[in-house]
Amino acid sequence: MLTPLKEFATQIRIHEMIQFKARGFGHIGGSLSITDCLAALYGEIMRIDPKNPQWEDRDRFVMSKGHAGPALYATLALKGYFPIEELKTLNQNGTRLPSHCDKNLTIGVDMTTGSLGQGASTACGMALGLKHAGKDARVYLVLGDGECQEGQVWEMALFAAHHKLGNFITFLDNNKRQLDGFVVDINNIEDPAEKFRSFHWYTVRIPGDDPDLIVKTVREVQANQGDKPGMIVLDTVKGAGVQDVIDIKLNHHTSISAEDADRYIEALEAYMKG
Amino acid sequence: MFTCIYNGEKEKKTGKSVFGETMQKIISEDPKAAYLDADLMNSIGTWGLEEKFKNQVFQCGIQEAHMMGVAGGLAAVGMKPFAHTFASFASRRVFDQVFISIAYAQNSVRVIGSDPGIQAAYNGGTHMPFEDICLYRAIPHATVIEFTDAAMTASLLQVMKDRPGFTYARMGRKNSVAVYSEDSTFEIGKGNVLRDGNDVTFIACGMMVAESMKAAIELEKEGISAAVIDMFTIKPLDEDLVTSYAKQTGAIVTAENGNYVGGLGAAVATFLSETYPIPVMRIGIKDLFGQVGSVDFLAEFYGLTAKDLVAAAKKAIALKK
Repeated sequence: MLTPLKEFATQIRIHEMIQFKARGFGHIGGSLSITDCLAALYGEIMRIDPKNPQWEDRDRFVMSKGHAGPALYATLALKGYFPIEELKTLNQNGTRLPSHCDKNLTIGVDMTTGSLGQGASTACGMALGLKHAGKDARVYLVLGDGECQEGQVWEMALFAAHHKLGNFITFLDNNKRQLDGFVVDINNIEDPAEKFRSFHWYTVRIPGDDPDLIVKTVREVQANQGDKPGMIVLDTVKGAGVQDVIDIKLNHHTSISAEDADRYIEALEAYMKG
Repeated sequence: MFTCIYNGEKEKKTGKSVFGETMQKIISEDPKAAYLDADLMNSIGTWGLEEKFKNQVFQCGIQEAHMMGVAGGLAAVGMKPFAHTFASFASRRVFDQVFISIAYAQNSVRVIGSDPGIQAAYNGGTHMPFEDICLYRAIPHATVIEFTDAAMTASLLQVMKDRPGFTYARMGRKNSVAVYSEDSTFEIGKGNVLRDGNDVTFIACGMMVAESMKAAIELEKEGISAAVIDMFTIKPLDEDLVTSYAKQTGAIVTAENGNYVGGLGAAVATFLSETYPIPVMRIGIKDLFGQVGSVDFLAEFYGLTAKDLVAAAKKAIALKK
């Protein structure tokens, strides 16, 4: 039997596949790798109300690797922010579910992202504003590992520590791959945990495929981070949950046939049933 | 309502000191107002505000791109941020951040760029923004303003605070030639007719407004009647006013302290070419880079003086059919 969060994560993956199947292509690898984190956040950690998506006191989430929009859309639809049926409009003409996250199009999306590095700063600004407005809402940010090649990420890293953003947690989706290949070959970010630690972030590094462990870790970080920003480096696999996608050499953005999508969905359903 | 007090003399107060005083007033009156800077607070009269207003004023250090994102994030949680740096950094250095994290994301932020155009003087070409108007005009729904003098700075900063969307204002830090009385108020999107005329109209912004007044007085001595419009809102352009003076005078000279590619002159000329084609001469920097020098030297070098305006006016009038 899967835990409720693992089941939620699998449901998210199934609904990512439903979107990709309808469109025939998409950012499949990086959507799958961040799925367990989203299950933990929206399934357990975040203070949210899907019926009141603009609730002033809600926790905020920023998907700075904005191309993982389909993972967030699946999560939001399953949480009831908008009809699940709408997922099939991913990247269709006139859709409310564009390739990259857009807070003005999609109900439940808190920040527009897509130009890498920029969600880091906007999330940081949200945390800064909420802190100084005396709100107890928290901000959660997801960065990609390839995204850490952007200088803006490190501007944010310096600033968030200096401004003591203890209401801020960043997850680094350390899936080791980017569009053109492996991060280690293209422009190595080395050990990101070590880097963020040296920027005075409260930093931990865990496997990123277990939503229950992610929940437990977030609780631990929040109990201990004090006025430091928190960094949870998630060691993930690009394409996690679907072996065929993992096996694609360059799986950042790929095409997908309806038959393959159905096969993946079947396998995920079987996994869920045990 | 405004009162034009132009007599060629400079204002007693600097743009910098008025900016600092006004920003402090805004921050102290509205707890949702916020001010960010990237290590240029001592250059714009806001130094020390971060100590007085710890919850509203944030020193970002030398991180202009990140600062624009932080401003976007602050807006997303209900604050009304202003972000200042030199106009070169406030535009070309941070264009994508302003484009996406502010404008495209619909986070209402006010960006202030100081030392526009040749007013960057001794900081030279690297710091000399000739292209900021052009860049920001190209962002959909952006508001692009140039403060004419410190009196306008004091008034419009307060209006900008509650304006939705992305607003960019460029402004001088030193003593401008006084154009407006201190109690003048202004409406964004409405040009001000400072002087009426029948033969030609100067449509200017920033330091070129005073230069246009000077040129109009010179022309009057030669029997030429020139109107002067302060088009401090470059976008959205006051099209009604442009049309009205195009019809009244039949010739236009635009004047701006920036590259004439994509600037105020381009906005006016494009609009008129599609609606009421008449001669439009553009005074501005003719697609060149900046360099160090005094403002007077640079104005002479780039052709931004009253003498250049007079010549352009005569040419525009001669081109009338």
